[in-house]
Amino acid sequence: MNNNPLFAVAAVYDNPDKIISAVTKIANSGYRKFDVNTPYPLHGMDGAMKLKSSKLGFITLFFGLTGAATALLLAWWTLSVDYPLIIGGKPFFALPAFIPVTFELTVLLATVSTVICMLTFFFRFPANSYPIHDTQYMKDVSGDKFGVYVEAADSRFDLTELTILFNETGAVRIDQIYLPAKEVYPLFQPKFLWFLFSVFVITSIITYFSLNKLMYMEPFDWMADQQKQSVQKMSVFYSDEFGMRTPVKGTVARGFIPYKYLGQAVPSDTMKNPLPPTSSVLELGKKKFLTFCSPCHGNFADGDSRLRGQFVNPPSLHTSRARTITDGFIYHIITNGQNAMPSYSSQVTREERWSIINYLRVLQKAKNASDADLKMAKKESVSDGK
Amino acid sequence: MDNKENIALDYRYELPVVEGNLKKSDIDDLIAAPLEKKANKNFYISLALSGTALLIGVVCIATTLFNGIGVWGNNQPVGWAFDIVNFVFWVGIGHAGTLISAILFLFRQRWRTGIARFAEAMTIFAVMCAALFPVLHTGRPWLAGYLFPYPNQNGLWINFNSPLVWDVFAVSTYFTVSLVFWYIGLIPDFASLRDRTLSKTKKIIYSILSLGWRHSHRQWQHYEKAYMLLAGFATPLVLSVHTIVSFDFAVSVLPGWHTTIFPPYFVAGAIFSGFAMVVTVLLFVRKIFHLEQIITLNHLEKMNKVILATGMMVGYAYAMEFFMAWYSGVPTEQFVFINRAFGPYAWAYWIMISCNVLFPQLFWFKKIRRSTTAMLVIVILVNVGMWFERFVIIVTSLHRDFLPSSWGMYSPTLIDFGILLGSFGLFFTLVILFTKSMPAVSMSEVKAVTEGAQPQHHGVSDHE
Repeated sequence: MNNNPLFAVAAVYDNPDKIISAVTKIANSGYRKFDVNTPYPLHGMDGAMKLKSSKLGFITLFFGLTGAATALLLAWWTLSVDYPLIIGGKPFFALPAFIPVTFELTVLLATVSTVICMLTFFFRFPANSYPIHDTQYMKDVSGDKFGVYVEAADSRFDLTELTILFNETGAVRIDQIYLPAKEVYPLFQPKFLWFLFSVFVITSIITYFSLNKLMYMEPFDWMADQQKQSVQKMSVFYSDEFGMRTPVKGTVARGFIPYKYLGQAVPSDTMKNPLPPTSSVLELGKKKFLTFCSPCHGNFADGDSRLRGQFVNPPSLHTSRARTITDGFIYHIITNGQNAMPSYSSQVTREERWSIINYLRVLQKAKNASDADLKMAKKESVSDGK
Repeated sequence: MDNKENIALDYRYELPVVEGNLKKSDIDDLIAAPLEKKANKNFYISLALSGTALLIGVVCIATTLFNGIGVWGNNQPVGWAFDIVNFVFWVGIGHAGTLISAILFLFRQRWRTGIARFAEAMTIFAVMCAALFPVLHTGRPWLAGYLFPYPNQNGLWINFNSPLVWDVFAVSTYFTVSLVFWYIGLIPDFASLRDRTLSKTKKIIYSILSLGWRHSHRQWQHYEKAYMLLAGFATPLVLSVHTIVSFDFAVSVLPGWHTTIFPPYFVAGAIFSGFAMVVTVLLFVRKIFHLEQIITLNHLEKMNKVILATGMMVGYAYAMEFFMAWYSGVPTEQFVFINRAFGPYAWAYWIMISCNVLFPQLFWFKKIRRSTTAMLVIVILVNVGMWFERFVIIVTSLHRDFLPSSWGMYSPTLIDFGILLGSFGLFFTLVILFTKSMPAVSMSEVKAVTEGAQPQHHGVSDHE
């Protein structure tokens, strides 16, 4: 140990007054690289050591303000910019309601960063290999003694002068502290690599288990398995073991209105069109016509099927017959089907059928307009432009 | 000073914080003894008892998680019951620790040193117990991440206007700051233990935990500053936490909850219940670990005075609630309070009144304040009373509100009781393990307040 260079000379005292006077003398002699070690902070030591007051408060102030700003900006941006939502009749930026979170975040950031900054930047922790660690001197000052040491690196360092000073001020013991032997820890040593490898394996196993197994176990599986009968599953309750039940004979679905001419090729009577040709009805009719009718009848009801002969081509709907039959008869054809055309009652609702008929009448009128109609249309377009 | 009951105490002078002329090395030996000696039979018996309670709680929580919160007694109209009662109860218990460690620090109360560490540890454990309940209350605890604002796939953010979100921030901040405060206090003690211990394993553990602390005054200087800053922040924080917990109720429109007295009333109640719990546990700790000279009767007496004072604040709040119900002229409000005192849950109300207001009045007598048996009975009654206070506030307000057709009664299930027992099990297990693994009293702080610990020439009391 004594082959190592000297780190410092240290003195141990057993009385707080003695150490204060010793430290005052050391500081007054012009030493800079010295430190005092006491089991608890001694009053008046800051002055004796000529320490400037701690600058830690500025860190607290900075991070406290950062916390407040973060909370307010986050609340403002999330609730008034990114996803504005009126909550309880409050404004989007409801400052009184944001105060609690702002306060909490201020405290959180201020305190945690003060401590982290103190430990890492002010103390340079963790540091378990400082020369005074594991010495008798450290053991004493950890318990009930007070110690001071002056580093050999100080420009004024003088071993004999310091020894005299320590003895004069009533030191119990004077120690010489040597630098410890340098320890080198190569990165690629088997122990460390094994440690890395085991961390890797354990992390992988836990990740695999939690993502691929745990999330599919009850109750973490988002209620995937519930005690209920699902539609396509077998039932142990019903004697026929069907989970899905057939309705009782004669059941009428909600909102069902029977169509009394069903199955007649030529209906004995027809219904009246209940829908006036308003723009919304025509919009709906156009949409449904283009979806359900246009594949065979063509986009403008010209009978130009898009099916290229794979299905029977229907006649044009601009024939005089198609134009003269009643709305009710067309409704009957859509509902009941005619010749090769099947019934569309399951795909197209009642309102949609009447809307399609209204739209079809518009198409027919457009293709077969008379001069009077043209005049009328011109008049309307001119008057519209006014 | 010889502290016998027959010697009259002169309260005009500050009583010595540490009794029996303990030397600093004796203090270290006393405090480190539970860590250095082998555990005795009592330790294992108490650990077995609290561990059993904890296991019962674990089973009940597992049942709840597997089957959903339908296994609890909560149902319309009482949707908040044991879960929230226990949450408020445990958060309140925690408040004493921060009060002792932060507020009494700012007031330069030197007697806090003997009990601060323990009370801080109790804060952390109590907040852990408290956090358990709202998380279980959500029914899907593994989705608790949704409570924090983070950019997610759904494009949704949390509602910063909601008291329940304030709660999340308040409780998590409180836990973090308490933990940091506690750890900062522990660092010098870990360093002392590191230099004391003869075991190689313990030395490695304490070296890691002490981060290389050197008791250097260049460190102490920043350390003291940081400690003061933390105490300065923890003081408004502790007041804010129970204020925000009370907002969970006060911000609603329910009669019995919608009152502006709630924040101060809750904070006073929290300190009241917290001190009662600290006294309960300390009575055992000082006996078992022979710390009577460090946690003296004077300490306990001072805490009993705080219990008396806060108990009367709580009593004032009870009276003021009734006054405001009458003064407001709102019939529903008046009904709720009459129903509280004379309705089907009147028994809970009168347990609360007697335990929180009447029994603590016995602390006016010095004999009772300084008798360990009497104070143990009273502080346990206070704990019971404060649990019932939250029960009364939550259940009696919910079970009969505006609409008589939706009135109902609440009765807890066995699972509810099991989780409550489990939370006590968790708390005491952690407390017992703490006393065995860490210094239960701050070694460096107690050494600093013994006689002759500070230099004389510097003058006294210009600094703590």
